[in-house]
Amino acid sequence: MGEYFLAFEKPLYELRQKVQELREQQALSALDLSRELNSLEEKLKNMQRKVYSNLSRWERVQVARHPNRPTSLEYIKNMVENFVELSGDRNFRDDKAVITGLGMIGTHKVAFIGQEKGKGTNDKIFRNFGMMHPEGYRKALRVMHLAQKFGLPIVILIDTPGAYPGIGAEERGQAEAIARNQFEMAQLKTPIVIVIIGEGASGGALGIGLGDVILMLENSWYSVISPEGCAAILWRDRGEAPKAAQALRLCATDLMELKMIDRILPEPPGGAHWDPITAINTVKIEISNELDKLKNIPYPQLIQARINKYRVMGAWEEN
Amino acid sequence: MAWFNKIAKGIQQQKPKEIPDGLWLKCESCQEIIYRKELEKKLWVCPNCGFHIKIDASRYLQILSDENSFQEKDALLRSTDPLNFSDSKSYPERVKEAVKKTGLNSALLSGTCTISGIRVSLAIMDFRFIGGSMGSVVGEKVARAIERAIELKIPLLIVCASGGARMQEGILSLMQMAKTSALLSILSEKKLPYLTILTNPTTAGVMASYASLGDVIIAEPKALLGFAGPRVIKQTIGKELPENFQTSEFFREHGFIDIIAERKNLKVVVSQLLKYLYLPK
Ligand SMILES: [Zn+2]
Repeated sequence: MGEYFLAFEKPLYELRQKVQELREQQALSALDLSRELNSLEEKLKNMQRKVYSNLSRWERVQVARHPNRPTSLEYIKNMVENFVELSGDRNFRDDKAVITGLGMIGTHKVAFIGQEKGKGTNDKIFRNFGMMHPEGYRKALRVMHLAQKFGLPIVILIDTPGAYPGIGAEERGQAEAIARNQFEMAQLKTPIVIVIIGEGASGGALGIGLGDVILMLENSWYSVISPEGCAAILWRDRGEAPKAAQALRLCATDLMELKMIDRILPEPPGGAHWDPITAINTVKIEISNELDKLKNIPYPQLIQARINKYRVMGAWEEN
Repeated sequence: MAWFNKIAKGIQQQKPKEIPDGLWLKCESCQEIIYRKELEKKLWVCPNCGFHIKIDASRYLQILSDENSFQEKDALLRSTDPLNFSDSKSYPERVKEAVKKTGLNSALLSGTCTISGIRVSLAIMDFRFIGGSMGSVVGEKVARAIERAIELKIPLLIVCASGGARMQEGILSLMQMAKTSALLSILSEKKLPYLTILTNPTTAGVMASYASLGDVIIAEPKALLGFAGPRVIKQTIGKELPENFQTSEFFREHGFIDIIAERKNLKVVVSQLLKYLYLPK
């Protein structure tokens, strides 16, 4: 992993550097440095906790976008056993911004769908930065129907800066594809567990985001519009994104308060990119638990509960 | 999801304007000066170039429904401020101004009426109210209009005009897409017809939910439709956009609209469709 860090992470990286140096020194030296090492490690943990518990919403958006944050492919590698990737929407092409397939999560056979932003320039371009085209939404829906047909629950990881805004995307009905997926997902006769692992930008996320349980990693965001998009429209300046992020209340704790998600999944101190394996393991256990709970619910009840969940969302007065 | 009024200026279509006062009006498309009475008679379609001028919900109601058949529902639903949102103005202030300007409590007028004698659950969006943006109130009123259709076993008709979801309600607005789409899936299971009429503009969150889910989708000519705003697309791809991009005609050619109907024909088209899809065989 590259030594990329965010501005507020700098002291943390410096301290971690010191810990590593001391470790190397210990390995070469006869002196017992364990006390110094322990206290320095303790200091690092405390500092991580302190820095990360006081992040502004905009800083959290940066964490969600961190280049070293684990993306769907790393989740597949570390969480899904015997993964068989399935490709294409059977109509136009295979959208690389979304990965679909079959696999095992713990003891559960699942259909897996995950948005993939890519790592490194070439891979990011290959994955279109995780921005799906209509054929991506249709690819996901095809695999969801497959899951329904063969009685597999569906696990969906969300991580996208938005649905792709382009000529081809409009020609092939981006809006229709996103609308259709919500409509179809509402009636799927199989459990759907959604986890927002990074960025949940608007319709691009919701297009594969309707389910029975919605979980959100601590440092991810989910919003009606990106902070930059909101700033460009309401403040007429993309540079005001930090203000927009604050106003939009797009962090996990906000969504929990607003009753838009079911639970927040904690990340390791410093965020998922400091310890991807621990973060992925948390997600794996939580998905497994949810599937255990959902698997015995008869589907008419499941569907009714799923629709009711969305039916009550909103805030209004009537007098 | 952006509001149309901030993004489309100078690109493709003109910004839809509200009808100004005065005896003589200039067509925003061909610049012809037209007598107000004449425009009124033509249902606010330019007699010179056929441009469909933006009209409010009450005018669509007049055009579509049988006289004195409309019963408004859920008129008292009003926005709250769940995020305590403020940009250059606070959200409650924006809502208050919109209420004052339009005389409506929200961006959607709904109820039941008859259309050529057929009873329908009707919802009409009003672009004047914060760009027809969909927040919790619009979502809830659409949800209730769907439930009304189910309860009374009657068809649903929604006239759309919206720049998308209402940013000031954040994630709650986004979830109105899921809420309305999920409820439409029940209406569909009950085999009750759902027709949509897309007017200029219908984009973003509304287009990516109920507007695109009609059993039959009708659009007025040359309306701006689509998911992303033209300016966002232009910035993303760094190229000029093709002529007629994201118009009703563009989407019909690409297979996403069934019928393009001039305003004066909307009622006839809707009545015909309902006779095929709804009336006893
Ligand atoms: Zn004209």
